[in-house]
Amino acid sequence: MQMMEFIENVPLLIIVGAIGLPIAVYAILGVGERMLTLLPGPFAKSLRPWLWLLIPLVLIALILVYPLLSTVVTAFFSPDSSTYVGMDNFIWSFTGEMVGVIGNNLLWLVVFPVVTLVLALLAAVFFDKVKYEKLAMTLIILPTAISFTAGAVIWTHMYSYQPAGATQIGTVNAVLTTLVPGAEPVPWLQTPFINNLALIAVAVWLSLGIATLILSAAVKNVAGELLEAARLDGAGELRVFFSVTLRSILPAVLVVITTEIIAALKVFDIVYVMTNGNLNTDVIANRMYNELFAANDLGHASAIAVILLIAALPVVFINVFQFRAEAQS
Amino acid sequence: MTVRAPIATAEVVNAKKIPTHIRRSHWSWRWLIHVVVVVFIVSWFVPILALLVSSLRTQDDTASSGWWMAFIEPLFTIYNYELALDGAGVVGSLTTSLAIAVPTTVLTTVLSTIGAYALTRMRFAGRAALSLLLVSLLVTPPQITLVPLLKVYNDIGLSGTVPGIWVYQVGFTVPFGIFLIRGFISSIPNELFESASVDGASPLRMFRSVAIPLSMPVMASLAIMQFLWSWNDLLVPLIFLGGSQLPNPITVELAGMAQQISQGQGTLLATTFLSVAVPLILVISLQRYFVRGVLGGAVKG
Repeated sequence: MQMMEFIENVPLLIIVGAIGLPIAVYAILGVGERMLTLLPGPFAKSLRPWLWLLIPLVLIALILVYPLLSTVVTAFFSPDSSTYVGMDNFIWSFTGEMVGVIGNNLLWLVVFPVVTLVLALLAAVFFDKVKYEKLAMTLIILPTAISFTAGAVIWTHMYSYQPAGATQIGTVNAVLTTLVPGAEPVPWLQTPFINNLALIAVAVWLSLGIATLILSAAVKNVAGELLEAARLDGAGELRVFFSVTLRSILPAVLVVITTEIIAALKVFDIVYVMTNGNLNTDVIANRMYNELFAANDLGHASAIAVILLIAALPVVFINVFQFRAEAQS
Repeated sequence: MTVRAPIATAEVVNAKKIPTHIRRSHWSWRWLIHVVVVVFIVSWFVPILALLVSSLRTQDDTASSGWWMAFIEPLFTIYNYELALDGAGVVGSLTTSLAIAVPTTVLTTVLSTIGAYALTRMRFAGRAALSLLLVSLLVTPPQITLVPLLKVYNDIGLSGTVPGIWVYQVGFTVPFGIFLIRGFISSIPNELFESASVDGASPLRMFRSVAIPLSMPVMASLAIMQFLWSWNDLLVPLIFLGGSQLPNPITVELAGMAQQISQGQGTLLATTFLSVAVPLILVISLQRYFVRGVLGGAVKG
């Protein structure tokens, strides 16, 4: 009963979590260090790192490593994990209604990183050339502070649709019908295919700030001499961008692409809130949520998760490869 | 270097400052740049402005005309906020979100710093392998952990509890945190630790009085990023906090309100603005640390 009261008392939770637990962690280190001084030197030296890493590693094992391995096993079992079903769950994942879901994720995987990258490059290069760069950067970063959930609510209103002739109260349709003479308002979230792009645009709005920050830092690091030399050689501004700037910032471009690929793979909040996967907008992560809660099918849910993991593996390899290259240099 | 030999004539110096083709198309080129930048600024800011303005309009106005009409026929009200705060229990949701995000932030920062200190300042067998394991876990999709953890959480009674969310969010972000802080601690000059060591400082003492004070900026970066992730997270509380007696955290509450049409749009908009106000203020006031964190870490799953 006391336990129940504790976990429902917000101020107490904050005090315990933000003050009590850190003190406890420090106390564990202190007691551990005291015990290490009782041991012979070499022993203490080889045990010490594990004392320090104990709590982080236990958490990582509990939250990441064990579940990851366990999910891979569950993916080969029936909905209640009782019987081995071989590849059935994976075959289900790539057939029937799942084809459209996977197709939508592929669309996200291509369109989201490409659009984000192109816009971020444009923003990074052009912001660099104006005096009000700081203001522009601050404004473009703002949406990155906003949850995908709130972004979804904001854009549901931006996309609001009224039939042609009626007053458009959604910003996007109002701008469209005002700027383009004779244009009909578009039901952005109801029109197949268009609705997928409309959802992707929300993710771009929410993510562009981070991508621009990374690319902008890289653009500012491009050696001025190289740019100057290329310009003195008579290269046009576009030519300078492609043959000097872009080439020097390739590592940052890779970081942006891999970040956005991972984001596209696991996109959930936007789809869950805006369409809940209806009208051919479903994606893997939303489907997994439904398999887990609505259908209670652990086999299907796990197979979907394993597919996500496999799709993320190339990025894992790139990260590991880059990390080793940096460690050696 | 030969190109940069001293040049006497003013004309050539001028040409170096402004390359020829830019001089030629100076005017139109400048305009293009300003237009592009302004389009970016406007399109990235308008959705936030639209939210704020709409949340201050009456239900009737919001349903019948665009938010920009509020500038032509000004009629503002805080009624939506009164509804959200009094009736819809948004205060409860905001405090639940705080009860999740504040401890998660502190614990992630503390544990990441401890782990990073061990990984950079101590030599031991398996250190390189451990670093690789952490790097390979950086982009793990959270979905891969949900099915088994749901069972584990039910078995050990963590499901439906706020501490259960701390454990998840801390464990999930610690590889990134260690990775971010590790890069910073390894750049602290060795002599600082050595001189402390000569003075007889224990490892714990060196951690407290050398590593922590010098790592404060990067710890601040990690803290602000983790606070944003935790505050903005929908999936984890949606899955692991079900059955709690506490009000829903703000993201779960918002998603629920957005999916049911019966709730008034005014309340939804006011709630949305309240939910983004906290992270917006944080990012604006601590932009320097946020930017450093983004550039130092660059990736997280």
